[in-house]
Amino acid sequence: MHHPVRRLEVEDLHSWYGESHILHGASLHVNQGEIVTLLGRNGAGKTTMMRTLMGIVQQRKGRAVLDGQDLLAMPAHHVARLGLGFVPEERGIFSSLNVLENLLLPPAFRPSGMALEQIYTLFPNLQGRDTTIGTRLSGGEQQMLAIARILRTGADFILLDEPTEGLAPVIVEDISRALGELKALGLTIILVEQNIRFAMANADRHYVMEQGRVVDEFSNEALQSNMAKINAYLGV
Amino acid sequence: MPDIFGVPAAVLLGQVLLGLINGSFYAMLSLGLAIIFGMLNVINFAHGAFYMLGAFVTWLCLTQLGLNYWAALVVVPIVVGVFGAVVERLFLRRLYRIDHLYSLLFTFGLALAMEGLFRYLFGAAGKPYPVPETLTGVFRLGFMVLPVYRAWVILASVLVCLLVWLVMEKTRLGAWLRAATENPSLVTAFGINVPLMLTLTYGFCVGLAGFAGVLAAPIYQVSPAMGSSLIVIVFAVVVIGGLGSIGGAILTGLSLGVIEGLTKVFYPSASAIVIFVVMVLVLILRPAGLFGREN
Ligand SMILES: Nc1ncnc2c1ncn2[C@@H]1O[C@H](COP(=O)(O)OP(=O)(O)OP(=O)(O)O)[C@@H](O)[C@H]1O
Ligand SMILES: [Mg+2]
Repeated sequence: MHHPVRRLEVEDLHSWYGESHILHGASLHVNQGEIVTLLGRNGAGKTTMMRTLMGIVQQRKGRAVLDGQDLLAMPAHHVARLGLGFVPEERGIFSSLNVLENLLLPPAFRPSGMALEQIYTLFPNLQGRDTTIGTRLSGGEQQMLAIARILRTGADFILLDEPTEGLAPVIVEDISRALGELKALGLTIILVEQNIRFAMANADRHYVMEQGRVVDEFSNEALQSNMAKINAYLGV
Repeated sequence: MPDIFGVPAAVLLGQVLLGLINGSFYAMLSLGLAIIFGMLNVINFAHGAFYMLGAFVTWLCLTQLGLNYWAALVVVPIVVGVFGAVVERLFLRRLYRIDHLYSLLFTFGLALAMEGLFRYLFGAAGKPYPVPETLTGVFRLGFMVLPVYRAWVILASVLVCLLVWLVMEKTRLGAWLRAATENPSLVTAFGINVPLMLTLTYGFCVGLAGFAGVLAAPIYQVSPAMGSSLIVIVFAVVVIGGLGSIGGAILTGLSLGVIEGLTKVFYPSASAIVIFVVMVLVLILRPAGLFGREN
C-alpha cells in the first residue's frame, strides 16, 4: 500500500470568541482523499473548528497547516486560494442573490473547478432555477447549492458542516450519493454530522470532539463495534 | 393644454421638471448613503460634507488651478473619493466592531469639522460658479423654459444612478457587494478581500457625493453650509425609501423631488416640509420604508 499524503495537520489549536475560550487545544489530521467526520454534542466546538480553520474566527493560536501552508499566518481571504472550500452550517445561501448568482459567487481560483453541466448532473434539482431567489429554494436544494458553488471553485478540500440537518430522508440520500461521487473524484472532506448512519455510510475516519478538544478517534470499521462508546460521547 | 385640479398642465409639468433636478441630488446622495449603510453599517453623516467638498474643490480647481468644469467632473470625484477611502482606512474601520453610534458620531463630527474648516478658510458667503459655456442657453419646451444646464444635471445624475444600479444588480462585483452586505465573513471565506471592498465602496460612494457636488456648483452657490442643509432632506429620503434597496433609493430620491415640486404649485407654503410629512406617514404605515425589508 502506498503511503497516504497528509493534507491537513492541526495541532493544539485554540480559539476564542471575544472572551470565551472555545477550542482548547484540538488536534487532528486529514489525508488526501479521506472523508473524516467530527462528531460531538451540541456546543462541542465542531463548527468553531471549521470557522477557525477558515479564518472566520481570528483569535486563535496553535498550528494548522494545509499542504505545507500555515493557515494561521494568512489573511482569511487567502485560505480559499489553497483549495479549501467551506459549506457552512446554515448553508449561507444569500437572499439578495438568485440561484445563478449564488452559484457563481465564490471566485474559481483553480482551473479544476466543475463546469456547470457537471454540477447539474450531480444536482439535477438546481438546473433551470437560475433566476429563483436563493433562499426560496427548499432546504435540500439550498444545501445542494451550497455544495455546488464550492465545487465550481475547484476547491479539493471541503469543510462540510451538518449537510443533512433538517432534511427529509430522500434528500439525505441524494446528498449521500453526491458525497460518494465527490469521494470518487478524489476530494478530501471534513464532515460534521449528527446523523451517525449518514456519517458511517460516507466516512473513512471519525473524530469525537468534546469541550473544544478532540478526545477520540475511530476508523469507520471500528465505529460499529464501539457504538456504545459513541452513544455515550454523543449523549444519545 | 388642459388644467389639472385648476392648475394649467404646463405649470405642473414645469414643476415636475424642476422637482426632478432636486430629486437628482436626493437620488445620488441617498444612493450612496444606502450602499454605505448596507455594506459598512455606518450612517454616514459626513455625506453632505463630501458633497460640499466636491463643490468647493470644483470651485478651487477653476479659481486656483484654472481647471474647467469638464476637467473637474473627472478629477473632483476621484479626489473626494480618495479622501473618503483614506477616512475609511484611518478612522471608520476602527469603529465597525463597536456600536453604530460611534461611527455616526464620528461622521457627524467630521461633517462639522469640514464645514467649520471651509467657513474659516473661505467665509460663509456663497461663491458663484459659472455655467460651462457649452451648457449655457435654454430649451424652449412650450410649457416651460428649461436651462440646458439643468437638463444636463437630470440626465447626468439619472445616467450615473442607472449605472450604479446596473453594477450592483447585474454584475459579479455587485453580487459580491450584495453578498458581503448579508454575510461578510462567508464572503471572506470564499476568498474575497472584504475589508478592501469596504474601503473601495466607501470611497466610491463618497466620490459619488463629490460628483453631485460638481453638478451642483453652477446651480447652487458654493458654500460651506450647502451640504448640511441638503443632508437633512436626504436622510428623510433614505428613511422614506428604506435602506434595503439601491433601486428604491434612486426612485424615492427622484419622486420626492417631484412631490416637492408639485407641492410648490398646490400649496407653496408646505413645500419646505412636505418631505418630512411624507416621512412621518411612512414611519407610521411602513416603518422599514417603502423599499426596505421588514424583519
Ligand atoms: N459567535 C459566538 N460567540 C460566542 N460564543 C460562541 C459563538 N459561536 C459559538 N459559540 C460557543 O462556542 C461553543 C462551540 O460552538 P460550536 O458552534 O462550535 O459547536 P458545535 O459543536 O458546532 O455545536 P452544534 O452541534 O450545535 O452545531 C458553544 O458553547 C457556543 O455557545
Ligand atoms: Mg455546529
